[in-house]
Amino acid sequence: MKIWVYAELSQGALHGVTLEILTRARDLGDAEAIALGPGAKAAVAALGRHGARRVHVNEGQDYADYIAEPATETMAALVEKGAPDAILFAFSADSREVAGRLAARLGVGLISNAIDLEAGGDGLTVRVPYFGGAKVATYQANSKPAIVLVRPKSFEAGESGGEAEVLEVAAAAGGKRARIVERKVEAGDKIKLEDARVVVSGGRGLGGPDNFPLVEQLAEALGGAAGASRAIVDAGWVPYAMQVGQTGKTVRPGVYIAAGISGAMQHTVGMKSAKVIIAINKDADAPILKLADLGVVGDALKILPKLTEAVKARKGR
Amino acid sequence: MNFPLAPRGADLKIVVTVKQVPDPNAPQGLDADNTIARDREVVLDPGDEYGIEEGLLLREASGGEVVLVTMGPEKARDAIRKGLSMGADRGILITDEGLAGSDALATTRALAAAIRPEAPDLVICGTESYDGSTGMVPPMLAELLDMPQLTFAKHVEVSGDKVTIHRQTDDGYQVVEAASPCLITVTAGIAEPRYASLKGIMAARSKEVRQMAFADLGIEAGEPAEKVVGIADAETRQSGEIVEDNGTSGVERIIQALQAAKVL
Repeated sequence: MKIWVYAELSQGALHGVTLEILTRARDLGDAEAIALGPGAKAAVAALGRHGARRVHVNEGQDYADYIAEPATETMAALVEKGAPDAILFAFSADSREVAGRLAARLGVGLISNAIDLEAGGDGLTVRVPYFGGAKVATYQANSKPAIVLVRPKSFEAGESGGEAEVLEVAAAAGGKRARIVERKVEAGDKIKLEDARVVVSGGRGLGGPDNFPLVEQLAEALGGAAGASRAIVDAGWVPYAMQVGQTGKTVRPGVYIAAGISGAMQHTVGMKSAKVIIAINKDADAPILKLADLGVVGDALKILPKLTEAVKARKGR
Repeated sequence: MNFPLAPRGADLKIVVTVKQVPDPNAPQGLDADNTIARDREVVLDPGDEYGIEEGLLLREASGGEVVLVTMGPEKARDAIRKGLSMGADRGILITDEGLAGSDALATTRALAAAIRPEAPDLVICGTESYDGSTGMVPPMLAELLDMPQLTFAKHVEVSGDKVTIHRQTDDGYQVVEAASPCLITVTAGIAEPRYASLKGIMAARSKEVRQMAFADLGIEAGEPAEKVVGIADAETRQSGEIVEDNGTSGVERIIQALQAAKVL
């Protein structure tokens, strides 16, 4: 099986999810990667070590400066020549835009939100959680190429020690329409949610946006990152980038603390693979308490500040 | 917050895609065949209310028209009515017996076929639906309509044919611009959706909702991209210890758990 992995590059750096997907892809068949934009060549070594036999590269700045379209054009041209059986994308904000356009351009469907893949006699089968993650459907891809979007953290990245052949591809001529003219950083050098060892998330139980800093303060004291349920993102308390769940981020930290989150399946699918889950909720019947290793029935607004003080006291010693 | 800059009189034709979804605030159920139960309370996707609101704000600043387009069963007319009572001008309901098995591509083809003759300046979509939550329709739709896509917008400005958005990212935002016609996806919180007034609800009754079948759009039901070969229960976690907080016990027990997990 000829299987391609679209490398996600962000400001010159290769995103870890690409290596996770490649680690799985190399066991499914002959794996190749496509890396477009500044940093593409620098990414080749890591892509090779994680199982890509060939890497198609172009360093063009346009791939970073224009949303989705130049990458779609190049991918479509490569597919026409290379005829892969499957193309795997990260199920992430940037990659899904390219995957969607490419699928529409090629006139093939796509399978999103995959958590596992198998190659069999009938082609590629894909496992996709649904009903908020309580059920898992197994799909067989009907199209060629099959376009599959894989949830981050579905696989653990591991090196196989290879070296990839580098193939330069022609730059896209068109697609220069939606241009990124400026990048503003607001979060500073905070720890990324997906990479944090400890994640503290807040939900509706916090009562209002003014109480969200209690979550952030605990996260900071623990050297972790703050997350949120969809309910409070939609309510406008915190930005979308903080959302943990089916939509938003998948996290797999050492410790996940859910404060005032009821545990809707939309949320739990994004955090239930955490090693240790601690939940604080006033409602003893909240579903989150059923999957927590430690469930505390109590008021998050009272517990969080005391917890932050206790953590600081211990870290200070 | 929104500061549309287009001068009055620069009429904008705005299409907003909407979807009817199971009420996210009602408990979910599964039918015997493991598909998501459809007999539940259904509502206009809350995410779409932001798209409608943004469309209305842009129309109020520039003049023009807001057209709602949805695909779904006959009942999805209610989702359009809700948007019309907020102030949208008219609606298009794509409904067809062939849509039952529609995947994202088939859905997008139908939407594109209905939208194309409208020749809109802007197409506004939610970032992703509440029920499917995959966000694949907007980029596919942009491609089929041959439009650039301005995505994850938390702020939109229109000035002449230049459209500028603030695109939400993990660590801040990007300023992204394109010429219209273009497709915009808006995030929750871009604007507070207005409530339908009684007057709006009354007015919506006489607004046009055009119903179209696949044949009217010149399309056929497609083959889905995948076939289901198995359904299983996901692995579940064992529930652990439950502690009732007495003012200090909660904090103490959490500290112990953090120490055991070696993060403290």
